[in-house]
Amino acid sequence: MPLLRIENLHTYYGHVHALKGIDLEVEEGEIVTLIGANGAGKSTTLRTISGLVRPREGRIEFNGHVLNHVPAHKIVQMGVCHVPEGRRIFTTLTVMENLMMGAYTLKDDRAIRENLQRVFDLFPRLAERKNQLGGTLSGGEQQMLTIGRALMSRPRLLLLDEPSLGLAPMLVKAIFETIREINARGTTILLVEQNARAALKIAHRAYVLETGRVVLSGPAQELMRDERVRKAYLGER
Amino acid sequence: MQQLLQQFINGITIGSFYALVALGYTMVYGVLKLINFAHGDLFMWGAYIGLTGLSALVALLAQGGPAIIAPVAVIVMVTIALFGVLIERVAYRPLRSAGRLAPVISALGAAFILESLARNIYGASWKTYPPGLVPAGKVALVGGVRISIMQVLVLVVSFLLMALLYLFVYRTRIGTAMRAVSLDHEVSRLMGIDVDGIIATVFLIGPGLGGLAGMIVALYYGSFDFTLGWVFGLKAFISAILGGIGNIPGAMLGGMILGIIETLGAGYVSPQWKDVIAYVILILILIFRPTGLLGERVAEKL
Repeated sequence: MPLLRIENLHTYYGHVHALKGIDLEVEEGEIVTLIGANGAGKSTTLRTISGLVRPREGRIEFNGHVLNHVPAHKIVQMGVCHVPEGRRIFTTLTVMENLMMGAYTLKDDRAIRENLQRVFDLFPRLAERKNQLGGTLSGGEQQMLTIGRALMSRPRLLLLDEPSLGLAPMLVKAIFETIREINARGTTILLVEQNARAALKIAHRAYVLETGRVVLSGPAQELMRDERVRKAYLGER
Repeated sequence: MQQLLQQFINGITIGSFYALVALGYTMVYGVLKLINFAHGDLFMWGAYIGLTGLSALVALLAQGGPAIIAPVAVIVMVTIALFGVLIERVAYRPLRSAGRLAPVISALGAAFILESLARNIYGASWKTYPPGLVPAGKVALVGGVRISIMQVLVLVVSFLLMALLYLFVYRTRIGTAMRAVSLDHEVSRLMGIDVDGIIATVFLIGPGLGGLAGMIVALYYGSFDFTLGWVFGLKAFISAILGGIGNIPGAMLGGMILGIIETLGAGYVSPQWKDVIAYVILILILIFRPTGLLGERVAEKL
């Protein structure tokens, strides 16, 4: 049984039909990436999974539980954490307070300390800056903080929306390496990216979205060789 | 010098009323970006519930005294806190996604309803608290400055409550969640924070403090009517803006500053000119610091 199974998902923003019947599966341990142009429905797919928007039709199943009507804050408790686009850290909270908000659903102090240690192992820079206000961090550090904050709940499934957006090329590389590292340590990842080449490189499988529909899917290596993908998303002629 | 210190003590007494009420405005603004215009009238209701509670206890025990203040204060806080949660539930929550104007109108409506209810239930005449609840004596401080027992009570209670609130907001998990919600509802939900629950908590604490302030103000001045919420509410609202709306220490600071400026203006220039002096200074402060004294200290990086 896949960890996440989405069937015939339809989501609307007002009258805009944003998702027009998405089918998607993520197996435990995988990195799966959603690629596609702006407005294809990638972010909407993540937002529907995490409960920020409600699907009109279809079914989202995580670990055997149907998520369609579960409030967003309870979905986190079930083990899904969503890092939204745009480095939305709590700017006037310290780095430590930001991380503690990531662990909000945990009640056990020992588990929180262990998760904090893991996050600091992964991002030593955050440990150095733990008493600084979030808003004073650099762009790259803020992105580390959003990911570290999400890992504080020790999710089974991490939803990442455009983690490389707006970062300097060197940091982009580092972020993708970090994502691979997080996955190697046992977290399943559903990754949305504009940077299709980098995403396909680290992903096991991929789905290509166009105007709210899945138009192509398969192992990432195969999609990387697919002519349509190369033309439309990897910038080749 | 003696007069200055005396005025200063009177100023922080008035200022702590403003501060307690301003906290309610600023906390609600923080989590909802809404000016809760009903807050001043919740404060006024605190004075009336206090009146009912104190009168009933005085009649029941056939005597008045300082000892009956504390239980009535608790009843007032709980009742007004429940009023606050009810208003949020009925007047604000259904309009959460309706833009920013509709909830403001709803807040004004709630304010008018609360005010009319008070007038219709208690009558339009001035009300007086039972006499002799707080001993009338004064305590001499250094330099010939005298402080009344009433003022001591006001200052101790308000500073204690403000300190507790500060610790709650800046040192506890729920308090941190409150600050997180005031920065970003959506991300807070993604952290597993029950945003509706946090908002309800804010509507317990703010009106609870405001209601208690209403009772204390009525005790301090002795009498009041149903327009109490309008005058004090407006000044407390201004205090919250002065300190930086949404900022909790700012509301405390803003209230104190407004109280002190007003009292000094009344004492050194003339009582008729105190509002003119106070608001000229406020306008000047806002011209130079439009975000208020403590508002937006950290530049947001994107």
